[in-house]
Amino acid sequence: MGNQCDEKYVEYMHEYLDGDISIEHEKELREHLQTCSACKKQFEELEKTIALVQSTSHIQAPPGFTEKVLKNLPKEKKNVSIKRWFGRHPFLTAAIIFLTLMTTSMVSSWEQKNEQFTVTKHPDIIIENNTAIVPEGVTITGDIVVENGDILIAGKVEGNVTVINGKVIEEKNGGESYLASAGEVTGDIEEIDQVFEWLWFQIKSTMQKILEH
Amino acid sequence: MEDLVKARIKEVLKGDQNAFGEIIELYKDKVYQICYRMLGNSFEAEDCTQEAFIRAYVNIDRYNIDRKFSTWLFRIATNLCIDRIRKKKPDYYLDAEIAGADGLTLYSQIPSSGLSPDKKVESMELQDHIQQEILNLPEKYRTVIILKYIEELSLNEISEILNLPLGTVKTRIHRGREALRKKLRHI
Repeated sequence: MGNQCDEKYVEYMHEYLDGDISIEHEKELREHLQTCSACKKQFEELEKTIALVQSTSHIQAPPGFTEKVLKNLPKEKKNVSIKRWFGRHPFLTAAIIFLTLMTTSMVSSWEQKNEQFTVTKHPDIIIENNTAIVPEGVTITGDIVVENGDILIAGKVEGNVTVINGKVIEEKNGGESYLASAGEVTGDIEEIDQVFEWLWFQIKSTMQKILEH
Repeated sequence: MEDLVKARIKEVLKGDQNAFGEIIELYKDKVYQICYRMLGNSFEAEDCTQEAFIRAYVNIDRYNIDRKFSTWLFRIATNLCIDRIRKKKPDYYLDAEIAGADGLTLYSQIPSSGLSPDKKVESMELQDHIQQEILNLPEKYRTVIILKYIEELSLNEISEILNLPLGTVKTRIHRGREALRKKLRHI
């Protein structure tokens, strides 16, 4: 360090500059600096060096820096931009939520229906292996809805027949006609086996119920 | 301020880029300062500062919210600077003295941008000179001197930023101070 003194004084100087010198060391250093001009000079130079480094003006990031960085950030996670879009379009959001819930509940109930064979309750309808049978000579008043199964009409139905996920089958013993020869339906016959058609049917019947009330 | 920063970071974690814009605003000058003093040129400093913020954004889920954000951010920035310094190691050093030219370095042969030297305010020259001497320090001393005397951080913070024991940080600061003293004592 350019002087002949004990290295410990240089150590003390740095301890002092770091702000963690002990009281004893500080006292020792002060006494030494009063008698040793070489160490005093070194100490002053160190202090001056620090002052010079600290005097360098504080510089700032170039203008427009933040915008530039934001532009270069990877795309933000989709869900946030979607959320922001929803925030800006409350009406469309409500419409989308409504439609989503409608569709999912209907589709899921269609899927549930898929698993189960059901027939409109009527004491005269016979059920055999997922087939509803309107026996010969029987007249049923009212609509019949069959889901996930077929219907064989040998008797008479005074109303509409709707078959979902199934069909109106011909007479098993070689009948030529669409219906069993003796069978008769006074209303419409409808076969539904597409989700879409089924949805339409649901909506129609819901609307009818609403209108009836 | 730390509370505000942490609130913004929670929004960033949810993916909100606008909240990150506020964080950049708060720290851009400090990060730029570190990079500029470390790298010594404004173009590289800007590029490096930008990279530091982008890395912070991409890795924000790795930031431990219980700790000081600036410490984490400065660590990213200093690491990037050190990487760049190590990578660019040129064939010759600008500050290496030219053979036969007593005390002249390549720096003195590069015309400085802007005002001609004689019109430059004396204090500007002094500032450049100090900056140059900081740049001449070996990178491990340069880093601690910048963090300590330009960013005015505590020794403990520096030790956290650099992931070095406190004793190592002190030793480096002592050596850095001595090296600078020898360069600057004649001013």
